[in-house]
Amino acid sequence: MSPADTAAQPTTKTLDAYLAAQNRKELLRFITCGSVDDGKSTLIGRLLYEARALFEDQLSALESDSKRVGTQNGELDFALLVDGLSAEREQGITIDVAYRFFATERRKYIVADTPGHEQYTRNMVTGASTAELAIILIDARKGVLTQTRRHSYLVSLLGIRRVVLAINKMDLVDYSQKRCAAIEAEYRQFAAQIGLNEITCIPLSALRGNNVIKAGEAMPWYRGPSLLEYLDSVPLDGATTEAPFRMAVQWVSRPNQEFRGFAGLITGGSVRPGDEVVALPSGRRSTVKRIVTADGDLGQAQRGQSVTLTLTDEIDISRGDLLAAAAAPAGVADQFEATVVWMSDEPLLTGRPYLLKCGTATVSASLVRLHHRVDVNTLEQQPANELKLNEIGVGQLSLDQPLAFDRYESNRDTGGFILMDRLNNSTVGAGLLHKGLQRSENVQWQALDVNKDNRAAQKGQRACVLWFTGLSGAGKSTIANLVEKQLYALGRHTYLLDGDNVRHGLNCDLGFTNADRVENIRRVGEVARLMADAGLIVLVSFISPFRSEREMARSLMPPGEFIEIHIDTSLAEAEQRDPKGLYRKARAGQLRNFTGIDSPYEAPENPEIHIRTANVPAAEAADQIVAALRNAGMIDRDWVFLP
Amino acid sequence: MNRLSHLERLEAESIHIMREVVAECARPVMLYSIGKDSSVMLHLAQKAFYPGRPPFPLLHVDTTWKFREMIAFRDATARRVGMDLIVHVNPEGVAMGINPFVHGSAVHTDIMKTQGLKQALDRYGFDAAFGGARRDEEKSRAKERVFSLRSAQHRWDPKRQRPELWRLYNARHNPGESLRVFPLSNWTELDIWQYIYQQEIPLVPLYYAAERPIVERDGALIMVDDARLPLQPGEQPRLRKVRFRTLGCYPLTGAIESEAATLPQIIEEMLVATTSERQGRVIDRDAGASMERKKQEGYF
Repeated sequence: MSPADTAAQPTTKTLDAYLAAQNRKELLRFITCGSVDDGKSTLIGRLLYEARALFEDQLSALESDSKRVGTQNGELDFALLVDGLSAEREQGITIDVAYRFFATERRKYIVADTPGHEQYTRNMVTGASTAELAIILIDARKGVLTQTRRHSYLVSLLGIRRVVLAINKMDLVDYSQKRCAAIEAEYRQFAAQIGLNEITCIPLSALRGNNVIKAGEAMPWYRGPSLLEYLDSVPLDGATTEAPFRMAVQWVSRPNQEFRGFAGLITGGSVRPGDEVVALPSGRRSTVKRIVTADGDLGQAQRGQSVTLTLTDEIDISRGDLLAAAAAPAGVADQFEATVVWMSDEPLLTGRPYLLKCGTATVSASLVRLHHRVDVNTLEQQPANELKLNEIGVGQLSLDQPLAFDRYESNRDTGGFILMDRLNNSTVGAGLLHKGLQRSENVQWQALDVNKDNRAAQKGQRACVLWFTGLSGAGKSTIANLVEKQLYALGRHTYLLDGDNVRHGLNCDLGFTNADRVENIRRVGEVARLMADAGLIVLVSFISPFRSEREMARSLMPPGEFIEIHIDTSLAEAEQRDPKGLYRKARAGQLRNFTGIDSPYEAPENPEIHIRTANVPAAEAADQIVAALRNAGMIDRDWVFLP
Repeated sequence: MNRLSHLERLEAESIHIMREVVAECARPVMLYSIGKDSSVMLHLAQKAFYPGRPPFPLLHVDTTWKFREMIAFRDATARRVGMDLIVHVNPEGVAMGINPFVHGSAVHTDIMKTQGLKQALDRYGFDAAFGGARRDEEKSRAKERVFSLRSAQHRWDPKRQRPELWRLYNARHNPGESLRVFPLSNWTELDIWQYIYQQEIPLVPLYYAAERPIVERDGALIMVDDARLPLQPGEQPRLRKVRFRTLGCYPLTGAIESEAATLPQIIEEMLVATTSERQGRVIDRDAGASMERKKQEGYF
């Protein structure tokens, strides 16, 4: 066929008409799922080639590569256009989502191309998050495989309802109608179980070009559209103006005293001047005054448009708030049932705090409980208390403040979130909000008239947490004990929380896995906070090997009232002391997950007090700590808080 | 209501990206390279922050070898949009007398553009820089993120690039680290031209065909923009009707012969060119493509 048949090119039309038509093109984003073995690269390569989305240098490279390393006897090998995987492996680059572009007379397409094997969950979820439609490739010789089910599950999980089942390599099964029908029947049965029912089945041969661009002669029994005809004609989700209005406030525009506008991208429904809106989570209401754009004020704006709204009332709204239709507001909660897809080499630990971004809001969040993990191959639910790279789990998510949201199933933008590491800021996971849990409404903070400062003042002191961290055998408990004795002698009210002691009682149900260590520290952090709230100087002596948990414990206290004390002893020295004989056991393999041996210790980067025990005896260390506290104004009697 | 057109969606997405950067980063800057992509990016920035002005300056890393018309257009544009323009020239490169003839294009580009850019970003403490690169430019760019993280040494570590889902961009970075942000990631070259046409965005006249003094070297058409271009024995500039598909340092930028003096003519020529150029007008194309490549590797 000639390129002009599909190309975005003016042929018979005048140029002006052509350009006018270009302005009305729609955009369709889709994802292709399958492996190289299924002919995915060949299919995408052919779509790009036939739609003439290639530059000449790519084409001449394709011609010479096809002759040199092609698998098609010197004919154009389309797979070479998009295969970059072996090169990437050599360079050690992450294999992930590639975006490809082509256009027809009617539509512009953005293809999320994800590899079928490596890192498939992370990459497929990323690619599917922005796709409206999925093409799932099947090798006609092999039929529905485990990977087909896995791909379909992920597509369905991310909310894609429209699926093309592309049964490829029909040329290798003699274009058999029977074979095609059998695969289709098996797939439909499976797909219905996971909620996929808008399925279009297209038998094709990407290699021979049958039913890719045009219906081929080879399968006269097939009366449906070619793949490209289908893509060009499939009805797309219109502007869902019926859906309730949603816009997360990105930025407050205040170019001068007279103007105060709220800039954002509309992610649900539509809006007109005069509409009543509510700002969430605060619940303040107002009415839309103007829809401001550089092209003039609009009478209406819809999902997908970036606008600036002004309101009739001066209410306090800032970045992170969600503007919603007052008649159909979004939910607000701080506890959720959510699905989490984990994308980091470091596993997700229940109880560990992460940063969560949803819309334009960023809050602190932790998964307090995992209900189960989903095996993406069998869809089986398994018990779990951590998620490794590419694992998916469902659990209870707890936020440090309320968040406005919709169920992911009804709005991807107000129901999808990412999780970020608090220390290195990397994106470590993504998730879907399913429903809010009711804690917010039922358990409220009881406001108390007597507070921490009153209680501490009564004791003539300032409440704080002294957090001793370091390897086992570093001397934490010895030094903490000496510090407490000195404080007691000074008439201070103290309490020492010791790792071993707490593990006999409060935390006797916890072991030494990473997940249990996180929970161990979470509980101790909370107990320390309560005791500090009682006005005490709380000494905490725990290995507390992970930086994130120490940061979490710190975040529970006001600035200046959490003092991290690193009892810094080299591993060799601690192992040589070995007061409890634990290192010997760990080395002998009798003790697993022992900090410093087969479990990491993350030293503090900026502790308030740093004691290097190599040249400081315990008594001297205690003196140094008390002196440092005195210098910081934490223990002097003349420091009295007046209520 | 109708479904939005593809250009409306691309525009809204770019605006959203720019606003995220301004909301989350301390000190953003827009790299303004004067070309067509920069012109579109600047136009989108004006829309994004209307009725205010974009709350960041423009930065041009000058090599001292740009076309004179580019510099005139740059200064006029900054005045027109009312934004601060920072022009940075690598003083060490000037002191060394770097030029593309003696030192070759690779050294020239590295010192004047790449090093110059790093100097400027460090000097002003910018933590986010907008660039006009597109994913459709090259195979290797197809995987580039919209928000690309750079270390304190401006290095790009592929292992630290972050997955980007939905419209949720992670703009967080530690002190010293910075972001390169590409609001035009999902635009194609044709989208750019259509948008310029639809929005009547002003461009440097060099994009339009006109008679210009040209010498031909290794098949490339080089414009004699000033007296610094050393003419080889027997070389005589001739007036030829040409235009430029990409703009850079004039001694390194090949022109193409063209009659296209209006935007529709350029778009038409570009669309038709993809077929005819398949038959092997290699030299023009390579000149254009290699220019783009330098821009990615070295400049951005």
